[in-house]
Amino acid sequence: MSDTPLLSVQDITKTYGARIGCTGVSFDLWPGEVMGIVGESGSGKSTLLGCMAGHLAPDSGRVVFDTRDSGPRDVLAMREPERRMLGRTDWAYVHQNPRDGLRMGVSAGGNVGERLMAVGARHYGQIREAASDWLQRVEIDTGRVDDKPRQFSGGMQQRLQIARNLVTGPRLVFMDEPTGGLDVSVQARLLDLLRGLVRQMGLSAVIVTHDLAVVRLLADRLMVMKDGRVIEQGLTDQVLDDPQHAYTQLLVSSVLQV
Amino acid sequence: MIAVRNVAKQFVLHTQGGAVLPVMAGASLTVQAGECVGLTGASGAGKSTLMRMIWGNYRIDGGSILVAGVELAGAEPRSVIALRRGTLGYVSQFLRVVPRVPTLDVVAEPLLALGIDPAAARGRAAKLLARLNIPDRLWTLSPTTFSGGEQQRINIARGFIHAWPVMLLDEPTASLDAANRAVVLDLILEAKARGAAILGIFHDEGARAAVCDRVVDVTGFSVLR
Repeated sequence: MSDTPLLSVQDITKTYGARIGCTGVSFDLWPGEVMGIVGESGSGKSTLLGCMAGHLAPDSGRVVFDTRDSGPRDVLAMREPERRMLGRTDWAYVHQNPRDGLRMGVSAGGNVGERLMAVGARHYGQIREAASDWLQRVEIDTGRVDDKPRQFSGGMQQRLQIARNLVTGPRLVFMDEPTGGLDVSVQARLLDLLRGLVRQMGLSAVIVTHDLAVVRLLADRLMVMKDGRVIEQGLTDQVLDDPQHAYTQLLVSSVLQV
Repeated sequence: MIAVRNVAKQFVLHTQGGAVLPVMAGASLTVQAGECVGLTGASGAGKSTLMRMIWGNYRIDGGSILVAGVELAGAEPRSVIALRRGTLGYVSQFLRVVPRVPTLDVVAEPLLALGIDPAAARGRAAKLLARLNIPDRLWTLSPTTFSGGEQQRINIARGFIHAWPVMLLDEPTASLDAANRAVVLDLILEAKARGAAILGIFHDEGARAAVCDRVVDVTGFSVLR
């Protein structure tokens, strides 16, 4: 087992005026691990994700990432161009709404190729080949490489967003409700796809969701948030099968059975 | 390979006014490599609770559980994850899978997680499924719609596809017909012969007699008497 966490989040706090977004959040994410963050709307999970991914500036705390070139670095202390480069190479961010993560006026192939070009790929044939390869991996018919995302269904758009994010071979993926807003049958297929990609690419991932069934199938570890604080964390099945905190017990016992 | 020492467990039911329910104290047992030990005791005595603490999905509130030298009490998630990947196998009574994933892939998955070539992993899955009398026309379908006995055999195939050095079996022969029960007993005997340490719950007395070297009655560990 590795001795250096891929991501070390240390005492992150973000407030909106007098209101707490999230406070005192710390955890280490190890290579190849998938961590789920659950909680109700307003629990601070999206704020935390935004702080980690560099979309929001926390009031205090550190987000230390084990970079390829120079080892562990505090991402929040990086210069903006450096952080943007990280966001295009080793990091990926999958939005709940694919429209936020895709360029809707650019073809499917262009959406995937664009991220490659952002890291310096210039050979048109190779870019198109890589784009086609990734469309296949996310089960989109390569005959649709020139179609625009708006001609795709919601599930296809989400798979395209995943292809666009993973084409540069990132090591860390942030996902905000990746299966939210999809039909359950489409959700299942996406879950299977994500599990396969995580395994094949050795990805680490942080997944924010409110769906306990999704984290049970996808996450190794689970963090439960309420009112901006982490109230319980541990192995996913331990948190779900033997919850210790009153709120987690309520959450687990409130799930509808089918 | 399994060493349970003086283990205690309690549940705090916050949804029921914070009632504290101690269920187990002073639980101790060992399982050596190549040995199969059966847990006995009436329903509710704590067989499954003890097994879940060894698997790691129940927290250990006192004492120590070592599996292949790894301490599970207070363990970091990543050491439990690593233990489950290559060392500790589990056949549970429930099949939990991503819907719509074909049976063959469900069974092969533990090998894929170990980095084994997908074609080889599926080949081994196919052999086990055939041995467990799952007709090959079902292999490409998701097991979520299968009968209870079929799902049970999918769980068993998953649980035996890798030569885990330590195995936990929760009622592996429940809801199986005589022919399939015999296949499962053979699989258990083969795992023992290769040196696996096995801890099982068997309500089926014949099965217990066929595979267990000894039994441990958990009634003495229960504090609910």
